[in-house]
Amino acid sequence: MTSTERTTHGQLETALLARRDTGGKCLVPYITGGYPGWQDAIRIAAANGADAIEIGLPFSDPAMDGPVIQQASEIALAKGANPVNILHEVRTLDVEIPLAVMCYYNTVFHAGHERFAHWLNEAGVSATIIPDLPLDEVGPWAQVADAAGIETVMLAAPTTPDERLVRIVARARGFVYSVGLLGVTGERDTLAGTATALAARLKAITDMPVLVGVGVSNAEQAVEACHVADGVIQGASMVRRLMDDGPEAVGQYVKEVRTALDAAFL
Amino acid sequence: MSVLVTPGSDGRFGDFGGRFIPETLVPACEELEAAFADAWQDSAFRFELDEILRDYAGRPSIITECHNLGRQLGIRLILKREDLNHTGSHKINNVLGQALLAKRMGKSRLIAETGAGQHGVATATAAALFGMKCKVYMGAVDVERQQLNVFRMRLLGAEVEAVTSGSRTLKDAVNEAMRDWVASVVDTHYCLGSVMGPHPYPFMVRQFHRVIGDEAREQCQEYLGTHPDVVVACVGGGSNAMGIFSGFVDLPSRLIGVEPAGGAAVTRGQPGVVHGMKSYLMQDEYGQVAEAHSVSAGLDYPGIGPEHSYLASIGRAEYPTVTDAEVIDGFQLLARTEGIIPALECAHAVAWISRQAPSMQGQTVLMNLSGRGDKDVGQMMDILGGLA
Repeated sequence: MTSTERTTHGQLETALLARRDTGGKCLVPYITGGYPGWQDAIRIAAANGADAIEIGLPFSDPAMDGPVIQQASEIALAKGANPVNILHEVRTLDVEIPLAVMCYYNTVFHAGHERFAHWLNEAGVSATIIPDLPLDEVGPWAQVADAAGIETVMLAAPTTPDERLVRIVARARGFVYSVGLLGVTGERDTLAGTATALAARLKAITDMPVLVGVGVSNAEQAVEACHVADGVIQGASMVRRLMDDGPEAVGQYVKEVRTALDAAFL
Repeated sequence: MSVLVTPGSDGRFGDFGGRFIPETLVPACEELEAAFADAWQDSAFRFELDEILRDYAGRPSIITECHNLGRQLGIRLILKREDLNHTGSHKINNVLGQALLAKRMGKSRLIAETGAGQHGVATATAAALFGMKCKVYMGAVDVERQQLNVFRMRLLGAEVEAVTSGSRTLKDAVNEAMRDWVASVVDTHYCLGSVMGPHPYPFMVRQFHRVIGDEAREQCQEYLGTHPDVVVACVGGGSNAMGIFSGFVDLPSRLIGVEPAGGAAVTRGQPGVVHGMKSYLMQDEYGQVAEAHSVSAGLDYPGIGPEHSYLASIGRAEYPTVTDAEVIDGFQLLARTEGIIPALECAHAVAWISRQAPSMQGQTVLMNLSGRGDKDVGQMMDILGGLA
């Protein structure tokens, strides 16, 4: 059904492996597309040490997201954001690092798989993260994405059994998204024990980059997660700064996490 | 061959259904699928469920012929009286089934979404009966227009959370319940209230509601000596309709699922994916889910259960719409002619029957009266401004 026999890596995986090869840890900020200042936030994040950026395509019913990203999505939608105008803007961002989109499946399904893949290619987006498209349903999209050279990141959860984890890893491209806790996106006071436990289970079965996301809330927690994982995705903590203090604050925060990761691991 | 589908592990009814959910919940849905399959073929479980449906919920529900309204409309009109069940609607059938199953699975907490509050009340009732914790998510708009049911849930010991995201109605309550479940899946069962959501819910909930159709089929046979020409039910997610349709889907009866004009997934929607399922869904040109608008909180939903999408796609069932104004008339019509105040949801079915009666002269129409209207009286007082 799935294959691990891949001779080449996509842009995203190549960039993450390059960071790992230097002994460093990967940092992938998430920014809600269409939220005021999102383009600047991406440019500044890229300039301050992000390895890739995850751009959220806002959806009316974001069932995996907590209050911060929900609110950012609602505001972006109210301001007229849609996949077409966001991806059109992405073309003009002019950043050197790989870009991924995070979206809910209806955005892809409604556009049509081939058309959506075409949009991503046109925009220079390398990968997709679709949290409501699990292994059992990913086939039709993944087939189109593979053909279009788009990496389909797969999510693994603390509740995923071992044998299923193996199949998820086999289908994953770019990296494996190790969901840090049982819950939706958002900041937490401490890193959940599940975050490092799942990352360790994944590291034991794959050479592909393993990044922890959901509930990684500050530089300290990023470092803690990276004692096991190859990197982190930071969403709510980025978006909150964008909403409260604008793109510059995102840049400052990316620099802070980058510095902490480099200090701990280089 | 039966049109009633038993979905395989892919959870499909034709092209519809499936399991489009976060990875975190996939193992829970697989566990639920296996537990339900095991329980459903276990005669001890079925016996216990039948017993509780009889002794606690008051099944079987009767059928009532509406002689006055039937004469007025030129049809024979039979009601299946789910409004007489304990808690006042058909919702109790599914909830008692799921609560028994949750107990069997070792879960200690139930969560639910609710629109009009009927499913929330039923879930709170089952939680009280089985000694489980219960939290119900309800859109803030619905909390406002269904205050009586909010208070009933609290009386029953449930926590009710008003959901203030999105359109603040049923679809947002589903999102919030899913968010809770992603975090609480270890000890919590999500008691989903309609034939929707990820597999196995659409199948499982339909099986729990089949009792409506199975009883009605036998009752019609006994009372009419045949099957009705037309079977009518209102449709939001579509659980009461699927329950009664399942008793007649292999017979020549016309099947009519009446949707509100402002929440018409089949008429105004296209295939889409939300709340874990692929089904007809009202959405914009980019796949953003549209906000439904209906006078009835229980039908204020932009989607529909996947088995209905399947029945629509193969032409086995029809899904016409009625307007809020027609519904308000239908509500009063049944009250005045038969002394039965229907839930606003069921008033959709009354409204369609009343409108279409000229084309059904002499025919026998079975309508699922899936709930009673007590909960809607306050809202109707506001709308009608008192009656002359």
